Amino acid sequence: MTMTFTDIHMPPRLLAPGGTPSGHPAQVLRRIAESGLTGRGGAAFPTHRKLVAVADAGRRRGRPPVVVANGAEGEPASHKDRTLLRLSPHLVLDGLQLAAEAVDAGEAYLAVEDGATSLEAALAERRDRLPVRVVRVPKRFLSGQSSALAQYLSGHAGLPRDQRPPVREQGVRRDPTLVQNVETLAHLALIARYGADWFRSVGTPSEPGSALCTVYAPGRAIRVVEAPFGMELHRLLPLDGVGAVLVGGYHGTWLTVAEAATRTLTADSLGAGVLIALPADRCGLADTAHVLRYLAIESAGQCGPCLNGLPRIAAAFRTLAAPGPQGTSRRDVARWAGLVEGRGACHHPDGTVRLVRSAFTAFAAELDAHAAGRCTAPDRSPLLPVPGNRS
Amino acid sequence: MAAMELGIDWTACQAHGLCAELLPEHITLDEWGYPLLAKDPLPHATLKRARRAATDCPVLALKLTSRQGS
Repeated sequence: MTMTFTDIHMPPRLLAPGGTPSGHPAQVLRRIAESGLTGRGGAAFPTHRKLVAVADAGRRRGRPPVVVANGAEGEPASHKDRTLLRLSPHLVLDGLQLAAEAVDAGEAYLAVEDGATSLEAALAERRDRLPVRVVRVPKRFLSGQSSALAQYLSGHAGLPRDQRPPVREQGVRRDPTLVQNVETLAHLALIARYGADWFRSVGTPSEPGSALCTVYAPGRAIRVVEAPFGMELHRLLPLDGVGAVLVGGYHGTWLTVAEAATRTLTADSLGAGVLIALPADRCGLADTAHVLRYLAIESAGQCGPCLNGLPRIAAAFRTLAAPGPQGTSRRDVARWAGLVEGRGACHHPDGTVRLVRSAFTAFAAELDAHAAGRCTAPDRSPLLPVPGNRS
Repeated sequence: MAAMELGIDWTACQAHGLCAELLPEHITLDEWGYPLLAKDPLPHATLKRARRAATDCPVLALKLTSRQGS
């Protein structure tokens, strides 16, 4: 970890900032376009298009944009962003400066849940053109949602807002705003340094490059690994003794182990980069119910369908997770899933529905077993991490 | 003229339900009283009432905007 001791009167050498040249913004933009880099915060949006849109909005409206490095890793199972910020803070900060130059930004922020002090120390070692303010955001699932982040940085509560106008047009204090995940910025810095061909030398032609993943394998410590797109999931995550795999995090998708064995790492399925192998002796329904309760609590409670639907879905799913009579729960969950999908200011309901539907598919046999009054899993304690005592 | 479409600011909508009364062929209410919009485009003849529904929404959550991408 990088530290600055005030009584040592020399700039660091071994722990010095990285060596990314600040190329001409047009050249950096061209390299990013050629690289095919997509956002690593979950939505996998093409980075070049976002940079261009924000730069255009700034010019059109005559307001210098704001850039935000998004390290608010609200996904409880994900550790990749904080790991990257701890191991390579200067790579992220290089990327932030390059992105700021590319959009001609007037302000820059780095948003994190924790670790702010060491990041401030890292910033103090640099001579950046644009000063960066480190901001600590609340530890909530939705803190890193781009409009919530823009709201928080504008001095409001950190809650999502209606997407019209979009953050890229009117974000922090109504200025055009670029919100970019910290891993995306680190890739951006490396592309500026080594070029698009270097970036594309791993991954697949349609999904070039690599991504950081938080990997949960049974009986092993949680690891953050970097893997190329196109890699087989079973090479990242041993599937022996595994019953199902959760890909992408709590807004992600459950796969049966048979499906997981045929899949590769793709940008659109990777989401927040979480890969969790559920051991075969665990109950996937019990785990999903546990996560759904958390997701319902983490709803911002602003949008009617989400406010009404998520707690009902979570409660009915809890019924399904226990062996015994299910009543109308299965039908209710399916109906409510349809009612919350696409009907919110952010994608929290949509991501929750993705998890619910994939659980229905991946654990179909277990659902029937529960209806018949038995659970096939010897161990019903939840495995997936959920922060406790949040209100 | 650009095609118009209805949208809802979900953070503002409080399920007053007025929009469904003013535009019943295009807006129904879900089991909690929140509007469900028909998927098909707004017919030209409906535009005037759609505009009225948008301006009459007590919390201005119903938005009439030109269709994205056109």
